[in-house]
Amino acid sequence: MSTLVPLPVVIPILAAAISVVFGRWRLLQRVVSVVALTAVLGVSVALLIGADADGFIVHRSGGWSAPLGITLVVDRLAGLMLAVSALVLLSVMIYSIGQAGEERRRVAFHPLYLVLAAGVSASFVTADLFNLFVAFEMMLAASYVLITIGGRPDQVRSGMSYVVISLVASTLFITVLALLYASTGTVNMADLSVRLAELDSGVRAAFALALLVVFGIKAGLFPLFFWLPDSYPTAPGPVTAIFAGLLTKVGVYAIIRTQTLLFDVPDWMGTVLLVVAVLTMTIGVLGAIAQDDMKRILAFHIISQIGYMIFGLGLFTVAGLAGAVFYIVHHIIVKTALFLVAGLVDRRAGSSRLSEVGGLVRSAPVLALLFAVPALSLAGLPPFSGFLAKFALVDAGLDASSWYAVAASLAVGLLTLFSMTKIWSGVFWGEPEEQPIREPRGDDLLGGPSLMIAATAVLALASIAVSIFAGVLYDVAERAGDDLLTPARYVEAVLEVGR
Amino acid sequence: MTVLLAAVAAVLFACGTWLLMQRRLSRIIIGVGLLGHGANLLLVTAGGPGGRSPIISAGVADYSDPLPQALALTAIVITFGVTAFLLALGYRSWQLTGDDRVEDDIEDRMIERREADHAESDHHAELGSDLDPDPAETP
Repeated sequence: MSTLVPLPVVIPILAAAISVVFGRWRLLQRVVSVVALTAVLGVSVALLIGADADGFIVHRSGGWSAPLGITLVVDRLAGLMLAVSALVLLSVMIYSIGQAGEERRRVAFHPLYLVLAAGVSASFVTADLFNLFVAFEMMLAASYVLITIGGRPDQVRSGMSYVVISLVASTLFITVLALLYASTGTVNMADLSVRLAELDSGVRAAFALALLVVFGIKAGLFPLFFWLPDSYPTAPGPVTAIFAGLLTKVGVYAIIRTQTLLFDVPDWMGTVLLVVAVLTMTIGVLGAIAQDDMKRILAFHIISQIGYMIFGLGLFTVAGLAGAVFYIVHHIIVKTALFLVAGLVDRRAGSSRLSEVGGLVRSAPVLALLFAVPALSLAGLPPFSGFLAKFALVDAGLDASSWYAVAASLAVGLLTLFSMTKIWSGVFWGEPEEQPIREPRGDDLLGGPSLMIAATAVLALASIAVSIFAGVLYDVAERAGDDLLTPARYVEAVLEVGR
Repeated sequence: MTVLLAAVAAVLFACGTWLLMQRRLSRIIIGVGLLGHGANLLLVTAGGPGGRSPIISAGVADYSDPLPQALALTAIVITFGVTAFLLALGYRSWQLTGDDRVEDDIEDRMIERREADHAESDHHAELGSDLDPDPAETP
C-alpha cells in the first residue's frame, strides 16, 4: 500500500513531461492528461480506503527513516482531500477539453495543469514542512502561468498582484522555516511536533501565528483575502473553477494540519481562529452583495465559505473538526461546479454580468438546473450537502457553546441565499438591461457543448452524492477529526514504525 | 559573524519591504529579490556558525549542517524561476500599456462609481420627483 503514496504526485509530473514532448499533437496531449488524472483518481480512492482502514499509510522515500529521509503520509484527512481533488481535477480537465478556449490555443495548458495537479497532491501527502513549501511553489508556479495564459491586459494587471502576493507569502514561509530550523533543527512535521513542545510557550505562539499568516494569505482569510476576488475571475473559465475549488482549500488544509499537529493548542488559539472565522464569513458575504459579475459574486463567496472551515477548526473538538472536513469536501465540489456553470453562462450569453444576461431559464434550462443544485447546496438548504455540512458545524458550535460564531454562521447562510437568488434572478430570470460586448453563442436548449455540460453535471451529481452518502462520509470525517486532535498517533506512525 | 549575517538579513528585509510598497512592477521585482535573499540568508544562518568542515574528514569532529544549505539552494532556484516569470509579466505589461504600473482593481472602481451614481439619482428623485415624469432609473 505504501508504494501507492507517491503516485498522485509522480503520475501527473511524468504526464506533464510527456505532454510537453507531444505538444504538437493535441489529441495525444488530451489522452495523456485524461489517462493520468483518471489514474490519480483511482490511486487516491484506493489510498483513502486504505488510510481509513489502517489510520496511516507511511511512505519513506528511498527507505530512509524519518526524520532523516523524506516521508510521505496519507491519513484520513489527506486521503479524503486527495480523492476529492482528483475527482475535481479530472472533471475540470474534461470540461476544458470540451471548451473552445485556451486549451486549444496554447500548447502549455496541459503540462501546466498537470503540474498544478501534482503540486496539489504533493501538498496533501507531504509530512515535511519544507516539502510543503516546495509543493506549494509547484502549484503556485503553474497557477501564475495559468492565470495569465491569455496575456490579455486585465489578466496581466490582476496577475501581477496575484503573483506578488503569493511571492510575499512564500518568502514569509521560508523565513518561518529558517526560524523553525534554527530553534528545533528539523523540518519533519512529526519531529517538529515533538521538538516544539520543548520550546518556550511564547516562541511557540509566535510560530503558530506566523504559520497562520503564511497559510492565511493562501487560503484567503480575513484580513488577507483582498487579492482573491480581484485575480480569480480574470483567468479562463476552467482555470478559475479549479483555482476556486482547490487552491484556497490547500491553504485551509495546511492551516488545519499545522495548527493541530505542530502545536499543543493554547487556550487563546481557538478564540483567535473563531474571531478570524466570523470576520472572514461576514466580510466575504457582504463583499459579494455589491458585485454585479457572477464570477465575482462567487469569488467573494469563496472567502465567506473559508470562514466556515476555520470556524470548525477553531472549536478544536472532534465534532468541529469533523464538520470542517465535511465542509471542505462539500465546498470543493460545489464551488467548482458553480464556477463551471459561470463559465458556461459566460460562453452562452457572451457575458457573466448580471446586467447583461437574462432569461436563461427559458433559453438554456439545463444550465439553470446545473446552477440551481450547487447554488442551493452552497446556501445550505435541505436536503443538499451544504445543509448537512452547516448543520454539522452549527451542532458542534452549540456543543462548544460559542454562540456568536453560531449566530454569525446562520446569518451568513441567509445572506448567501440572498446572493444566490440575486444571481438566479439576474441571469436566469428577467431580461438583460445592457447588451454584452461579445456575441451570445448557440441557441440550443442544452446551453453548451455536451462535454462541458457532462463535466459540470458530474460535479453537480457528486454534490448530491455527498448528501446521500453523508453518513459514511461524516463517519470518515469524524475519525479524521479524532486523529487530528490526537497528534501522538501521527508522530508515532511517522517516527516509530521504521525502527 | 551570526550577528552580522542576521543584521544583513534585517537590512535586506527592510529594503525589500520598502520596494514592495512601490507602484512599479520593476521595483517590486527587485524588492521580491531582496526579500528572497534575506530569507535565504536566514536559512543559511539557521545552520549554525560558519567555518566548520563541510564534509566528513579524518580528525574533525564538528561538521557544518548540510540541510539548511540544501534548503536554501532549493529556495534560490524557485525564487529565480518566479522572478524570471515576473520580469516577463512586467515586459508584457509594458508591451500592452507602455507602463509597468500595478493598477487597482478596476471592478471595485466601477462598483464605487455605480454606487455614487445611485446615490446621486436617489438624491435627484427626492428633490424633484414631480419634475421627472419618466422613472427610468429605478434600481
